[in-house]
Amino acid sequence: MRFFILAFGLIFSNFGVCVGFEIEDQRIYPAMNATQVLKVLSTADIASFDPLIKEFQTQNTEVSVNYTVASSAQVMTAIYDENAAFDLVISSAMDLQTKLANDGYSQTFISKNTARLPNWAKWQDQLFAFTQEPAALVISDKAFEGLTIPTNREQLIELMRANPEVFEGRIGTYDVRTSGLGYLFATQDSRNTDSFWRLTEVMGRLKTELYCCSGAMIDGVYQGKLALAYNVLGSYAENRLAREGGITIVPMQDYLTVMMRTALIPKTAESPHVAGRMIDFLLDENTQTKLAQTTGFPPIFGQIADSQKALRPIRLGPGLLVFLDRLKRKAFVRNWESSILQK
Amino acid sequence: MRFLLVEDNAQLARAVCDRFAIDGHAIDHASSLADAIAFVDTTHYDLILLDIMLPDGDGRDFLSRHRRAKNKTPVIVLTARSQVSDRISLLDLGADDYVTKPFDFAELEARCRAVLRRQGGVAQNRIEFAGVVLDSLEATLSAKNGTQNLRNREFRLVEIFFAAPGQIFSKNHLMDRLFSLSDDVSENAIEVYVGRLRKKLDGTGAQIETVRSLGYRLVAKE
Amino acid sequence: MKAIFGTTLITRGSMQRRLVIQLSLIAFLLSLLLFLIVQGVADRAASDTQDNILAASAISIADALYSEGGQVQLELPYSALSMLGTISEDRVFYRVNVDGTTLTGYDDLVVSARSDVSTQAEFSTFSYRGEPVRAVSVTRSVGSQSQRTLVQVVVAQTRLSLAQISYRITLWAVAIGVAFFLVATGLSLWAAHNALAPLNRVASAVTRRGPNDLRPVRAEAPAELAPLVSALNSFIVRLSASLARSEDFIAEAAHRVRTPLATVRTQAEVIHRSLQHSKNKSALREMIRAIDESSRSAGQLLDHAMVNFRADQFQAVDIDLRELVAETVERLSPTAELKDIAISVSDTGEDFAFSADPILLQNALRNVLDNAIKYSPPDSDILVKLFHDSNFHVISFHDQGRGFEGLNLENHFERFKRGSNVGDIVGSGLGLTIVNEVARAHGGHVKITSNKGEGACVSLFLPLA
Repeated sequence: MRFFILAFGLIFSNFGVCVGFEIEDQRIYPAMNATQVLKVLSTADIASFDPLIKEFQTQNTEVSVNYTVASSAQVMTAIYDENAAFDLVISSAMDLQTKLANDGYSQTFISKNTARLPNWAKWQDQLFAFTQEPAALVISDKAFEGLTIPTNREQLIELMRANPEVFEGRIGTYDVRTSGLGYLFATQDSRNTDSFWRLTEVMGRLKTELYCCSGAMIDGVYQGKLALAYNVLGSYAENRLAREGGITIVPMQDYLTVMMRTALIPKTAESPHVAGRMIDFLLDENTQTKLAQTTGFPPIFGQIADSQKALRPIRLGPGLLVFLDRLKRKAFVRNWESSILQK
Repeated sequence: MRFLLVEDNAQLARAVCDRFAIDGHAIDHASSLADAIAFVDTTHYDLILLDIMLPDGDGRDFLSRHRRAKNKTPVIVLTARSQVSDRISLLDLGADDYVTKPFDFAELEARCRAVLRRQGGVAQNRIEFAGVVLDSLEATLSAKNGTQNLRNREFRLVEIFFAAPGQIFSKNHLMDRLFSLSDDVSENAIEVYVGRLRKKLDGTGAQIETVRSLGYRLVAKE
Repeated sequence: MKAIFGTTLITRGSMQRRLVIQLSLIAFLLSLLLFLIVQGVADRAASDTQDNILAASAISIADALYSEGGQVQLELPYSALSMLGTISEDRVFYRVNVDGTTLTGYDDLVVSARSDVSTQAEFSTFSYRGEPVRAVSVTRSVGSQSQRTLVQVVVAQTRLSLAQISYRITLWAVAIGVAFFLVATGLSLWAAHNALAPLNRVASAVTRRGPNDLRPVRAEAPAELAPLVSALNSFIVRLSASLARSEDFIAEAAHRVRTPLATVRTQAEVIHRSLQHSKNKSALREMIRAIDESSRSAGQLLDHAMVNFRADQFQAVDIDLRELVAETVERLSPTAELKDIAISVSDTGEDFAFSADPILLQNALRNVLDNAIKYSPPDSDILVKLFHDSNFHVISFHDQGRGFEGLNLENHFERFKRGSNVGDIVGSGLGLTIVNEVARAHGGHVKITSNKGEGACVSLFLPLA
């Protein structure tokens, strides 16, 4: 499933030279009478974003969309280090997006729709959140037969400790070293609960499988390879659940980290106006109501479907820069590695 | 009848006195307020003619003093001042009438008569001659055959004749007495009035006789 | 008073307006000052707030520094940066600098620091990545006694929200300034009105009084107005003296003219009686008539002067026109009787109450009636009628004289114009002029109708109520 494509000058002709960041997938949505091109760099896979782009094109028939998928870390590399010319960057890694905005890689955009956004859903009129997606525990119904489904992290730790035969090698979570979203979820967990390091420790002892993406983890649960996947994007799981059964999304009741998918227009954008139209489209009331139905992305306005008291949304702002600090990241990854890899 | 003239202008005072004397009135002259007070305190007058501007004071002071003393003698003020400003205060102070200088004697006489009539100060208001009675208060002539009203000039003419029955009055004299000097009248105006009077005396015991080239006189019918 | 000061006053500015303008100007300057102070203080407070948070952030970073195996280490506290996001959405930069090399943070965020350790945070403002930033620098010494390392912590933040706060503060300061200005201007209007109230009180005390009230002004006045009031009072004294003089002058003039005329006339009359010759007599009568005419003219001139004088000081009293007419008729009937002229008065029985100067009005009535008597033939009638016509009391005098044939009625009111047909009858056009002026002084008018052979009718129209 995962493949790497080196991006050549054919696609990113404006760079003049070969670029170094890795992309995962790319699709061009040509328009009938294209006069403008919107180049989107996104962490969301094509499948989940496809309906949105098509809807956008019915409203903007003259815009062809060049949709490129990359991991959040590669998105960062593309924009931060290589000044890649994208018109819109959509990412689930809020911390990296915040860093881009903070360090001056994004530009300001103000419209009627961005004005409607609550203050916590935008930052500096440069970073706009358009979904609220909780991090979820996804379990395989088959693997959990006869077991009590945990409702908080303490119970999860107890359950895993008590049933090593069920969970040995069958736990999946993000590899925080490669996944920006995984790192974000893990660092937020470390802030939110003292149990985080114990949980990591237990998961480490049970030889937890590390993944790059939510999609792959959910696949693992479906295939029976995994009994549970921790910190999976709820929206992906919901999407999958709508089509196939056999898994359960467990709502954690101690707290539920909520990530907001954000969009920004990079300084290097060639068609910032078209990008603005896309942001307006994403924040549009109609799009927002369709969002949950067509893509499974919970809309930024309104409540999350299975709303709970324990929602812990990640706040946009300079606080997110802390875990991106060189020393901080090094220390965190070192601790994490020693726990999860039992080094 | 006895009059008191209070007037500081000697020439005017003498002229007025002369003029009153012609008609047979007795008149005393006071040339100052002090004199006037002295005269009033000692003599009874039928009428006082009072000038306003006097060397030793204002005639109005005399007037108010006169009224405070409950003296009923009528006062006619002779004023040279504006009629506009004096009228009210004079009448308020108790003047019975006023005449502005210069005055027509006929008018002054008429006013005196009117004041005296109002006061009832004329002692003798009925004169009888040959069965005809002249009532000077009512201005009527009464006889057996009835009473007749007299108009002003007729009355004055009758008065002249009744005051001196048998005496001949010349046309000139009668004109002077009857008409104001400012009236422009011809001599036969007198004949008109005498004619009227004769008509009114018709059928009574009195008649007016023409004395050729001399004038007229009142006589009783034989 | 009004008539004497009848000329329009040349006003140069209003004291109240000037006061209000000056007070408003002061209020404006104070508002401006208030605006600047509010903005200055608030701006200062806002930037102090930013400085304080920056310092707190830098200190919390500095506090998290530790030494491990001779290496300076940092566990960047979450709150160090998140606190900067609590009050604004400004961009945040930081750098931890050990001996000139970046330990962590933004390499290009260079702030020169004093080499010595200072607990004091140092602030500076400069441009970083294209935007003005406020930076704080805190220097700490980390490590054991033997191995001391100086570590500089720099935290910087853009000033966008400060600009926004400053803009909001400016709006507030403007609103406060404007509100202060409006309130102060309103109060100054009130104060100016109040301060000038004694002036108005004096003015109304003077205005309220009747035209003949020449007592000194005794209105309560503040010390500042005392000179004005005393000047006014001394003016009143001089005015009343001058008025008394003009009244006395008219009276004196009348006396001087009339007394000699009276003497001459009386003497002429005495002489007339003693003359026998009719030629001499008629010559003397001519003389007497001339005296009469001149005395009548003199009298009317003086009357006219007095009418003007009184009309200027017009003072109304409630009177009954019926009584006034009766009085006038009674006063003139001896004169009429001399010519066997009968004056009859009739009225419609309506209400003839009227507000007038009785002396003026009586003079007018007397002049009309005097004219009527003078121009009526002997043995005629004069009819005086009182009635209402639309909005007027009307007093009409109808005689059987020659009327005003061939006479321009308009001209008749002009001084000294005489009807062309009065010929030998003593009279003066001034009489009707006086009547006309009196009527106008009372808001009325005079109407003369003349029917050929039927005599004249002079009507005095005086407004109802």
